[in-house]
Amino acid sequence: MLRQKVLALYLANSALDAVVVGWSLWDGTGETRRMAGDEDAPPYPTGLHALRDGWRLIQASPLLPHARGEEFDLAYLKYEFLFEQIVETRP
Amino acid sequence: MNDLPLLSAETMASFAARGFLRFDGVVPEEINRQFLEEMGDIDPPRPGQKMRRTYGEMLARAGVPQTPAGAPLAQAYPDGSALKRLLDLPLVAGAIRSLVGEDPVFDHHFLHVTFPPAYHEASGGENVSQHYHQDSTIDPRRAFDIQIMYYPHTVTREMGGTRFLPGSHLRKVSEAAIARYQNIRGQQHMVCEGGTLLFLHSGIWHGGGVNVSDRTRTMFKVRINPSRSQVRQFDVSTLKPQETQRPIFYLKGPLPPSVEQILMTPEPWHENDTSRLELLNRVKLWRYLTGDPDYDADYWATRLETLADA
Repeated sequence: MLRQKVLALYLANSALDAVVVGWSLWDGTGETRRMAGDEDAPPYPTGLHALRDGWRLIQASPLLPHARGEEFDLAYLKYEFLFEQIVETRP
Repeated sequence: MNDLPLLSAETMASFAARGFLRFDGVVPEEINRQFLEEMGDIDPPRPGQKMRRTYGEMLARAGVPQTPAGAPLAQAYPDGSALKRLLDLPLVAGAIRSLVGEDPVFDHHFLHVTFPPAYHEASGGENVSQHYHQDSTIDPRRAFDIQIMYYPHTVTREMGGTRFLPGSHLRKVSEAAIARYQNIRGQQHMVCEGGTLLFLHSGIWHGGGVNVSDRTRTMFKVRINPSRSQVRQFDVSTLKPQETQRPIFYLKGPLPPSVEQILMTPEPWHENDTSRLELLNRVKLWRYLTGDPDYDADYWATRLETLADA
């Protein structure tokens, strides 16, 4: 059976080799159960390190223009990169 | 009220920059003990009983009044109760006054109990941490509420502790929309001795940690609104006027400690570009708290507000 692992990395800017500032991992194999607050050091220094470790990039957040009058409003982490690994598991 | 120990300008600046103040072990043990006695015992785990029922029974029994939202904070708790005594502690009353001003208003409170694995096993549920969230709703105000988190007993790392992200309070997000973020650089966990208080700006991102110890973890939260001005409520005698802007970028050495230094210190999770907007938003909050519409630190606002004399 094939199962998916999904890694979300939040980087310090839009370049994939920028520093990781936030991260999440969901393991579709069921071997690990990751959750909020379970790790205080990032799994990789940068997004590029994740690529080198075999993670496949499947989505990157777009760069959007800033709406006039809202240029200084901040909300969600801006540079989100989603990666996957497809893993063979035993039924 | 004038004798209250108000927050200093530097402590207030730290709150403006980071969105929290932590006071370790400041609640006397006698009040901690009284509080836990008033909350009552928690039943041991019962096979098949859902956590919702366990929690509901506990809340019904606990000696916390069902206070209406919008009541004056001064009338929220009966005289002599542990919570009234806690709020009347000079350090606590002074911090509340400094942060939300005179005549603060009770918003809501809650008894947070995090259960050890045995309860979840008995209920058939999963023992997981709480997602990151910002309380209430999207909050576009410059004004802010505070939330006091009270830890009446020692909290170890195994017991979970409240997780929060310093400096996240100025981000306008919608409650659990941030749940996707499991971990963020610089996040902190409340591992503390009994009698510790954590004052939070209402915008701080936070979540309860998973309890993998063998005992319950209790935390009491009360949210407080301002009803009057939040301007210059801290100890303004400690506020040193900034005579000139500090030099920026090209520095020959470290600059001396100051309110500006506190306001301009970034967090480990800051993105490269939005970090500068965070600093600008801190300047705006400091203008609000000091009533000084022209205040700036490190030229972030001045640069944008200086009009060319065309």
